[in-house]
Amino acid sequence: MEQIEQKPLTPDTFMQGIKDCVPTLLGYISIGLAFGVVGIASGISVLEVFLLSVLVYAGSAQFIFCGLYLAGAPVTAVIVTIFIVNLRHLLMSLTIAPYFTKYSTLRNIGFGTLLTDETFGVSVVAAGKEGRLGGRWMDGLNITAYTSWIAACTVGGIIGQWLPDPEKWGLDYALVAMFVALLVLTLASIPKEKLMHYIKLIAIMVISMYGMLYFMPGHLAVLLSTMVVATIGVVLEK
Amino acid sequence: MTTSLAMVLLILGCALVTWIPRIMPFILVKNMKMPKIVLRWLAYIPVCILSALVIEGFFEKEEAFVTVQWLNVIAFIPTLFIALLTKSLSKTVIAGVVTMAGLRLLFG
Repeated sequence: MEQIEQKPLTPDTFMQGIKDCVPTLLGYISIGLAFGVVGIASGISVLEVFLLSVLVYAGSAQFIFCGLYLAGAPVTAVIVTIFIVNLRHLLMSLTIAPYFTKYSTLRNIGFGTLLTDETFGVSVVAAGKEGRLGGRWMDGLNITAYTSWIAACTVGGIIGQWLPDPEKWGLDYALVAMFVALLVLTLASIPKEKLMHYIKLIAIMVISMYGMLYFMPGHLAVLLSTMVVATIGVVLEK
Repeated sequence: MTTSLAMVLLILGCALVTWIPRIMPFILVKNMKMPKIVLRWLAYIPVCILSALVIEGFFEKEEAFVTVQWLNVIAFIPTLFIALLTKSLSKTVIAGVVTMAGLRLLFG
């Protein structure tokens, strides 16, 4: 993040992508470790923790997987829930994809495969500031995040038996704090005259989330509220 | 370090339904032009989704009512302050974690 602010344009290199991923690593590592611990506690093996982080690669979905597995949910219920939880990636991909149309389909599939809340946040901040995104930079960001996540989850699984409750140390809050920072950075790249419009939308978001939580689980409320409030944003423009 | 065929298949199923929404837009957007109204709508997605993810932690459904999670709301204030002041991801994360650890020590 700091690098972007000082330079007019982020160089499109793999190395710069790695550098811009570093500030998010504390978040990845603490949540990954926590996931490993929770996974073992819910009765899945270290190998399964590893497979989930490699193949599913989505923090909230992996936690929900453990919860459902522990509850003995049927296979279809697990898969449908994971699908809904991760449907927000569709919106994120839609937002990021237009920046990469000049790259091959195969590389685009690569960008999409490794998209997460965090890499989305980092790239959307960079895109907001510079109006462009580079493929090599994106790969550096994505691959650093991916390997750190797998390593953190697996290590979390291995040491899980001895690690005291990670919540006690506030580490679970790393994820929320990261979203707060990404939100502030995104807002910082918005033109001043539009800022009030966005603040209004965030206020509407609070009401929307509160109301929707009466009727649905959190992940569904995030998805629906985002779609509803973005629509309100378009309607109330100007 | 063990697993079963059923478990591997379940994980693969979850991987597939996670992968498709991730890659579909990248394939579609490359091959078609999106209407202006959709692009305007998409411009709001980052702020909406990030604020929704933050706000999700403010509330919890407890039996009949959705209640405010005061600890999370209180921790949010210094976290937001540090984010506004430093505009730094790493400093905000550290501030958030330290605040939450402190609050849990006091009130947890």
